[in-house]
Amino acid sequence: MLFLKFRLPIAVALAAPITCSAAMLALPTVKMIEPELIALKAGQVIYPPAGDFTRSGKPISAPPKTVYFARGLRIMKRQVTQAEYWKCVEDRGCPSAVLPGPASADKPMVGVSWRDADAYAIWYSGKAGKRYRLPADEEWAFAAGSRFRDEGWPAVDNTDPAQRWLARYESEFADEPIDKTPRAVGGFGANENGLLDIAGNVWEWTDTCFIRIRIDDAGEQTARTTNCGVRVVEGRHRTYMTDFIRDALSGGCAVGKPPANLGFRLVRGD
Amino acid sequence: MTSSTIALTVEAKTIISRRTVIIGAAFAALVSSMPTLADELAIEREQVELVAPPFVHTHEQATKQKPKIIAFRMETQEKEIVIDEQGTKLRAMTFNGSIPGPMMVVHEGDYLELTLVNPATNTTPHNIDFHAATGGLGGGELTLINPGEQVVLRWKATRPGVFVYHCAPGGLMTPWHVVSGMSGAVMVLPRDGLKDGDGRPLHYDRIYYIGENDFYVPRDEKGKFKSYGSPAESFGDTSDVTRTLIPTHVVFNGRAGALTGKHALTAKVGETVLIVHSQANRDSRPHLIGGHGDYVWETGKFSNRPETDLETWLIRGGSAGAALYTFRQPGIYVYLTHNLIEAVQLGATAHFKVEGKWDDDLMKQVRPPEPIAASK
Repeated sequence: MLFLKFRLPIAVALAAPITCSAAMLALPTVKMIEPELIALKAGQVIYPPAGDFTRSGKPISAPPKTVYFARGLRIMKRQVTQAEYWKCVEDRGCPSAVLPGPASADKPMVGVSWRDADAYAIWYSGKAGKRYRLPADEEWAFAAGSRFRDEGWPAVDNTDPAQRWLARYESEFADEPIDKTPRAVGGFGANENGLLDIAGNVWEWTDTCFIRIRIDDAGEQTARTTNCGVRVVEGRHRTYMTDFIRDALSGGCAVGKPPANLGFRLVRGD
Repeated sequence: MTSSTIALTVEAKTIISRRTVIIGAAFAALVSSMPTLADELAIEREQVELVAPPFVHTHEQATKQKPKIIAFRMETQEKEIVIDEQGTKLRAMTFNGSIPGPMMVVHEGDYLELTLVNPATNTTPHNIDFHAATGGLGGGELTLINPGEQVVLRWKATRPGVFVYHCAPGGLMTPWHVVSGMSGAVMVLPRDGLKDGDGRPLHYDRIYYIGENDFYVPRDEKGKFKSYGSPAESFGDTSDVTRTLIPTHVVFNGRAGALTGKHALTAKVGETVLIVHSQANRDSRPHLIGGHGDYVWETGKFSNRPETDLETWLIRGGSAGAALYTFRQPGIYVYLTHNLIEAVQLGATAHFKVEGKWDDDLMKQVRPPEPIAASK
């Protein structure tokens, strides 16, 4: 079938991201248009960090954390578009992907895994001669401002494992169902920082790994495990995705509501 | 539209018109010899309103009443529906507008009387074949009606159990009507209610009817699902896809997600739920994640001893089964077909939202996830 033509064999798609090499930089240059960046002034964000937290063996909501951004943050105004990503594919910097039609300069790139997004960041940095990367979870929260939402764990009896689960199920399905078709850039409007399409129908990969933190009765961290095969995804609600997943789909054992689409935007890394 | 599609569309219309002539003749012969219903059977008659699945109309689980005529009315409805979250459209054909059609409940010895209506706005003949009924192709032979007609069929419920009914207009029309949504279920309860294998009575606090469908939606040359202006226009392409035997969708109650989220099924800890599951065309393997089938009539027939403590049960294509379960733990339960590819990728997943108090004795996370302890 024609639409499968652009898909790489799975073995290739799942392989480690293709890294940028010096040789690639010497290739005939692809015409680069740097995306518009929003420069956020120095500030702070108080937010519940991503990850699973337990206190004395019981699940708890993440204790709020204050993060200072002394030098502010420079982040893309919009998500990476299909046309931008496709240049990376054509330049062999990114794994191929499925597009609904010709690569559009006005539509966000969706159906990309963390590995794809990371490959793009590396390739793009090489082309631009400046470091770009995926945002950390707290950077995304800082930039998202009032549109930031965590997992929405409600405060319920934490000795009963079912109550949190039921309450979360309720809250995830409280939202009106959203149309999965990505809109043109800006279709979900701008937040107070001028960032477009935050928490629309395209969730965004972050660089933050899934962590598990145990806290004792005194509030001290007693153990921590990190799994970088799973990354934090931000959008209408926060979730966690295995890094090679391109389409979160729905149904099955995962009873939560999955992201409608997976895309990304970059931050300046220096 | 490709030329082959046009050819098949024309053929579909030809079939319809030829059939119209046949039905017309059959009816002329029948009408003259048909006595009025009232003359025939002088027993009590009760008219029951049907409700859309997963719900089931109010009924007695056991009855002390004498056998009577339970009368239902159903309208066949052809309409375009959305069958997944991506907005894929299907030119559906339905009993009473829902997929599956509504469940009809009677007791053994009762007479089920159905007025089947085919509104003039429809485009094709429909009929109904009750697997629970005896003779006349399950009633299919006596119920074929054109748009603009109605028919009344009565049959005696002689076998207790849950049974499929479906549209069966003949030839290629039969599988097409069924995979377009035209199936439902009848439940014939024993007069003294359900029993376990030792004859002890069983009852339920709630009943849910889950109808599973396999859909075969054609794709265009780019791989996108196609939509059609009418059932007849969809016939040729759809038949080609059904011939592969590979469904594009396997769903509960007509749509991926029809029984999740805001439409999740509900229950409370301590409540007993009867889940009736039908599949008119293809095998399925219901499984309740985190629960069981306390008593399962896998083949759906209540004269047989129910199996107990099942993990997964088989619904044979063309049959209905019933599973009784008392919820013992709160939380979200996933009820799916345990072909997990079909459940997760094709849609056959439902959720139960169960309220109540957690029982640590049945399950407890003794230690939460933590770094691996050094071995001694």
